[in-house]
Amino acid sequence: PAPKPNQPTSFEATADKEDTSAPETVVQSSVPQPKDDFQEELVIRPLHSGDIYASFQFRTLWETDFMRGNKVSHYRLFPKSLGQVISKFSVRELHISFTQGYWRTMQWGQPFLPSPPGAELWVWFQDSVTDVDGTWKELTNVLSGIFCASLNFIDSTNTVQPSASFKPLGIGNVTDHRFLRYATLPREIVCTENLTPWKKLLPCGSKAGLAVLLKSEKLFHSSFHSQAVHIRPVCQDWQCKTTSWELRQTLNVVFDLHTPGQGKLEWSLFKMFSRTLTEACPLASSSKIYIDITDDPQGEQFEVSPATHLLSQAMVLGDRRTFSVYDLTQQITFGTVRSLNLLIRWKSSEDMLRPLLHAERYVAGYGLQTGEIHTLMYNNHPYRSFPVLLLDSVPWYLRLYIHTLTVTSKGKDNKPSYIHYQPSKDRVRPHLLEMLVQLPPNSVTEVTVQFERALLKWTEYTPDPNHGFYVGSSVISSLVPSIVAMDTNSTREQPLFSSFFPCKEESSYFMRVYTEPLLVNLPTPDFSMPYNVICLTCTVVAVGYGSLYNLLTRSFQIEEPSPGLAKRIANIIRKMRGVPPL
Amino acid sequence: FLGEQCCTMKILTLLSLLATHLSASSVNIEENAGQFFSSGHTNNWAVLVCTSRFWFNYRHVANTLSVYRSVKRLGIPDSHIVLMLADDMACNHRNPKPATVFSHKNMELNVYGDDVEVDYRGYEVTVENFLRVLTGRLPPSTPRSKRLLSDDRSNILIYLTGHGGNGFLKFQDSEEISNVELADAFEQMWQKRRYNELLFIIDTCQGASMYERFYSPNLMALASSQVGEDSLSHQPDLAIGVHLMDRYTFYLLEFLEDIHPSSKANMNDLFKVCPKSQCVSTPGHRTDLFLRDPGSALITDFFGSVRKVEITMETINLTEPIQQVDGSVSDGSSVVPPGVHR
Repeated sequence: PAPKPNQPTSFEATADKEDTSAPETVVQSSVPQPKDDFQEELVIRPLHSGDIYASFQFRTLWETDFMRGNKVSHYRLFPKSLGQVISKFSVRELHISFTQGYWRTMQWGQPFLPSPPGAELWVWFQDSVTDVDGTWKELTNVLSGIFCASLNFIDSTNTVQPSASFKPLGIGNVTDHRFLRYATLPREIVCTENLTPWKKLLPCGSKAGLAVLLKSEKLFHSSFHSQAVHIRPVCQDWQCKTTSWELRQTLNVVFDLHTPGQGKLEWSLFKMFSRTLTEACPLASSSKIYIDITDDPQGEQFEVSPATHLLSQAMVLGDRRTFSVYDLTQQITFGTVRSLNLLIRWKSSEDMLRPLLHAERYVAGYGLQTGEIHTLMYNNHPYRSFPVLLLDSVPWYLRLYIHTLTVTSKGKDNKPSYIHYQPSKDRVRPHLLEMLVQLPPNSVTEVTVQFERALLKWTEYTPDPNHGFYVGSSVISSLVPSIVAMDTNSTREQPLFSSFFPCKEESSYFMRVYTEPLLVNLPTPDFSMPYNVICLTCTVVAVGYGSLYNLLTRSFQIEEPSPGLAKRIANIIRKMRGVPPL
Repeated sequence: FLGEQCCTMKILTLLSLLATHLSASSVNIEENAGQFFSSGHTNNWAVLVCTSRFWFNYRHVANTLSVYRSVKRLGIPDSHIVLMLADDMACNHRNPKPATVFSHKNMELNVYGDDVEVDYRGYEVTVENFLRVLTGRLPPSTPRSKRLLSDDRSNILIYLTGHGGNGFLKFQDSEEISNVELADAFEQMWQKRRYNELLFIIDTCQGASMYERFYSPNLMALASSQVGEDSLSHQPDLAIGVHLMDRYTFYLLEFLEDIHPSSKANMNDLFKVCPKSQCVSTPGHRTDLFLRDPGSALITDFFGSVRKVEITMETINLTEPIQQVDGSVSDGSSVVPPGVHR
């Protein structure tokens, strides 16, 4: 693509909006303008269960170099707080996501951007960093302040260094996994206080463009809500002569059909978000809405209004999908009422294609001493087998017995071709298990491992220990064979949702699946016990010692009781008379 | 002829009225300007803590959020508020209306709002973290939003709510803070010059016991109940299924909704909030350590953030163009343009 012309600075933009030739003569200073670009996009996909999946992506591209000696100090579209984080902590890639709910692959298909429940953070540092662990700790603290989340609980007991999963998603030839850190907090709650700072990172905030739809009361009243920030360096052209930093903010939400009370298969922007759109973000170079109409190209199954003639095809998730496109930068999209409220109504639903790869995990066993973790991976392709990389990070208080690890497919043993295991150390680091398993076609592969529960120290329990302890989701990464040829040219103009994962070959696409997190009960003491024991012991000691002391040292003396008032007066009179008292 | 005389009379009376009005208003302006600089503080901070966990303690989170809302409305920005909520009620799976926390039945007022920033949440709300925030002894990597960066010209509002007893306040049902610890923390703050004046409000059972042990100067304290009394909750909401707010904070919120940033209401009005007939418990207050007269301390001295303005008579030239920095600056120095700080 042709390089973009120099963008006018913000205080000249309003004057020079129509006239594009004038800025080039005004901006003739020796300092080149920062080249940044912002795009926003919303993809709406009706799901076969009647629910609806909406995925927002906001991308800022900036051709700058954070790693240079001079500090970057003029920020326009790229948020300053994240730019300072990148330069201060020498970050090469940063991926953080906050998710509420679990993605139901069998009912909803595959998401564009998968994420595990809770918070997940993985970072590739530059190879110039000398103390990666120290930098990681400081980075998590700073991010906890930016996103109002308790990311400061990420420490060595829940951080791992995966050796094969989580390869860099941007450009990068150094893949020394010493510079990679991965941590997940399955208990982390996502609410408006995390959405507020996330929205403030957008160039238009939540005041214009697609972000006006992001109202917390509707977004959190949903089956699944996930917001994420991804920062990585990308190539600008085919030869990769210039690189820019890409910031993607994504928000995926699945609205439940039955929550608003109506059972009708009808959705509109107003019903989903309680808002309609009135304009695109003025700082965006592209602002589009895509509606997935692949399942119904003739308009028999559902109808979309207002109608649009713009269609687009994209290769995403191994399938060629067709989309109706609404371009918000064109005034005509908003019609005469100056507001856009898309209405999607459908008549019937068919069975959807079964997803090729999906996974489940659960804990088996009884009692509070031992148990077994089972992970099931389903390969639903009728004749192709493909390898998957399974990453498991188990906290130290579940002591895994790796000698009991079994991998079986179709009843037979299936030996993994690569295993990387790092044992845990009590209170220092968790277990890390990575395996490359070949899944035979049309089969279920089961991975089981036995564990024993540890007894924690009294102060290590959370204030609500009877809730249980969470074990983070397993991550399954794989290159799944695709039905259609994927597009390997990453610099071509494509919609944002299809260009997130880099595509190196045409015959397969990259997919990441997360399992459920596990909730495990640990043997929990009775916390009122110390108080009760102290009371009881002190009582026994006091009664026992006191009785003994009295026995040994108490002596009895005879004493006259004090006389009454009349007797005392009589005694005084008798003393005066010189007579002995009564 | 008569008309002309009438006119001149009218003009004369009008002029004299105008003159008196001007002189009176100029006296008022001077008085106002004088009052502007009379209180000794230059910035305001608020530390709002809810110490209770579990869904049935919804009302404590609603208490804290209503004070947060009033304080934000009256002008204190998020960067100067440290909000600590021990549990999440808004996005709790038992909440029939997610992302909302209501203070009044029939769901009239959503105190959670759309623009809330919680600094310490969930398991982070511990006695240790609370005392570290007050005294400023935090690890070096703590972000700014989690710090109380007050100085000796700051007025601080501290609000605590939860379950308490005679001399202690329970944090998350697993640990307590005693009144002695709290008093010592305030003394540390005084010695490190971390506050100018401090208003301490507590809404728990037997709340007055928490301020009995204070001994540092410039502290004013309010509590919702005396020793031996319980603070009661206001009203349940049948749709949500829990009690929504405590009585004292409910009437405090009602009182604060009438205050606006230029209000002249003073502390004596605050002491009258929630008499025994409404609260069932007897609210108490303590002003003996406060050096000013409570009647001269405005509500907005603690709940609002009055900006100080300096008027200058000299002109400053702003015609120099702002330098663009993102380019090749050879000598390594960079001119930082007056940027916008978040």
